[in-house]
Amino acid sequence: MEPLLCYPEPFPTEISLVIERAGYPWKAVARPEHAETDEPDDGWAGAVVCAEPDATGAFALCRLVRARDVPLRPLLLIVGPTQLADMHLREDHFDDFCVLPVRGEEVAARLAHLFWRTGRGLRPELIEHGPLVLNLETYQAAVAGRVLDLTYMEYELLRFLAARPGKVFTRETLLSRVWGYEYYGGARTVDVHVRRLRAKLGEEHAHLIETVRSVGYRFGQGAWSP
Amino acid sequence: MRSQQEYVLRTVEERAVRFVQLWFTDVLGTAKTFAITPAELENALEEGMTFDGSAIDGFSRVQESDVLARPDAKTFQILPWHPDETPVARVFCDIFNLDGTPFEGCPRHVLRRNLDRAREQGFTFFASPEIEYFYFANPDPSNPPVTLDTGSYFELTATDVASDLRKRSVLTLEEMGIPVEHAQHEDAPSQHEIDLRYTDALTMADTVMTVRLVVKETAQRQGVHASFMPKPLTGVQGSGMHTHLSLFEGDTNAFYDAEDPFGLSEVAKRFTAGLLRHAHEITAVTNQWVNSYKRLVVGYEAPIHVSWARNNRSALIRVPVIKRNKHESTRIEYRAPDTACNPYLAFAVILAAGLKGIQEGYELPREAATNLFTMTPEELAADDIRPLPGSLNEAVAEMEHSELVAEALGEHVFEWFIRNKRAEWGAYKTHISQFELDRYFPLL
Repeated sequence: MEPLLCYPEPFPTEISLVIERAGYPWKAVARPEHAETDEPDDGWAGAVVCAEPDATGAFALCRLVRARDVPLRPLLLIVGPTQLADMHLREDHFDDFCVLPVRGEEVAARLAHLFWRTGRGLRPELIEHGPLVLNLETYQAAVAGRVLDLTYMEYELLRFLAARPGKVFTRETLLSRVWGYEYYGGARTVDVHVRRLRAKLGEEHAHLIETVRSVGYRFGQGAWSP
Repeated sequence: MRSQQEYVLRTVEERAVRFVQLWFTDVLGTAKTFAITPAELENALEEGMTFDGSAIDGFSRVQESDVLARPDAKTFQILPWHPDETPVARVFCDIFNLDGTPFEGCPRHVLRRNLDRAREQGFTFFASPEIEYFYFANPDPSNPPVTLDTGSYFELTATDVASDLRKRSVLTLEEMGIPVEHAQHEDAPSQHEIDLRYTDALTMADTVMTVRLVVKETAQRQGVHASFMPKPLTGVQGSGMHTHLSLFEGDTNAFYDAEDPFGLSEVAKRFTAGLLRHAHEITAVTNQWVNSYKRLVVGYEAPIHVSWARNNRSALIRVPVIKRNKHESTRIEYRAPDTACNPYLAFAVILAAGLKGIQEGYELPREAATNLFTMTPEELAADDIRPLPGSLNEAVAEMEHSELVAEALGEHVFEWFIRNKRAEWGAYKTHISQFELDRYFPLL
């Protein structure tokens, strides 16, 4: 599992201890923009943001990670009693909240609940969609029981798309989120890899990745549409 | 970087891969490999595998002969033709000196250096080759070439064998994630063609290496010999590698311009002009064998004259007419290369010539209007249309004076290549051919 994004740094020890005891890796960042720069290759697993002592920074970070094409979820906000009013009109910036002083069990329970609700836990993760199964633990993918021999980038692209079925992504978004670094192919690389993936999925399952004309790509729509 | 390596290691473990083949290419474009066990793989990914480069064509140096093969984890791929019980994977390698600097003789590195130069100017370089080759009935190439279509017991069965082989090759390529645009029986008996969908040039050079291996491997399994020799048979078409080229700036095709009557941008015109002006200098690389020049002759579909045209297949560069609303596929087709070239070096010099045209703002010459094959030498000269080098000897002489090629290939490859090709020409020149014996021996 990728680490939870925690803010601020230093992160309150009483909360970090609870997070650790519950088995989540975590990493604290000192400034809101570090949520982008320090992000691991596979993205943050979620975020725990504490609005004490720096409420401005905390809300800025929430806004930043939720304004992405793919908002960071789950996000647990921890506020002081006087900051409850500041949450007004920011309801979309977090998934749940606790009020300081916090009880360790409550933070753990809320995190567990959030992860359950967003469909992710600490168990070996599987993404299943129709005939396609991805085991995120072993990096293996299979379609209709046939194991796919994927290259690393093909696997990463398939995993990114399959984890977000029905959502349309532009080539730029895919390039920055999946590749994340300058690549010889530029934005056209995405097309090239989609074609390679479709070739490997085979004719029967190639439609799992759908081209959305003049926008980009969407995973899985074809399988559900009548 | 780390997660790519982890992916490779994990996959090797999960799939119980027995051997990992480390693939690399010598200066002449021959695929080289050595296999390592999964136990050695982690170390290979971290530090690379040391081997003696002096046995590899173009890798030898004066002092130090040891070099380092470092796998490019992105290219890790399980090979579909090995049985499921004993999976074998391959990974392309970059070659480094022991001190960790890129080895000058590594063709992948040469291409990368040129792609970096394009990138500095905001361009990514795409290539899409058409790969032609022949099937021959006898699996042992020391026998004279006998085509499948005419050399077997039943023509119908024989044709089926070839089409079936081609289909199998295409399926294997698709399983390896190499999409094929289309595949067909070519002009000559037993000649076939596989057209690849465009990718960035580095991936495509890797892909050409893979295609040559897959086609040969598939044929060999059926007791057939597949050959990429540029002109294996007298009197029929040779095997070329017409390559479609384009530059992209981010998501837009830099070759397209809606305002232009031909839909060609200034970038496309200058790139084409660069390729035309330096064509004779790069021909030794795109057509690197004595035999290559037996394909570049009048009477077949191969180009001879340095010229461009839209709908004229006798030109060196063809600009395909683009369907409406398909502007993204604006491209030029360079028709000189043959499939027996080193694709890394060929793409590198083609790109260098095109970029030179952009940089120096070369003017695109007039389009060749008529069929160049029917023009007289005087007419060609009047139109300032030069022929491509007529032999390996001429091509090497042109290359030797080319700063552009020296810069694109780097000193090490440039010098070694010229030395090697001079030796090849020397050996050819002293050979007494069947032609001479048939024609002169009874008479003189």
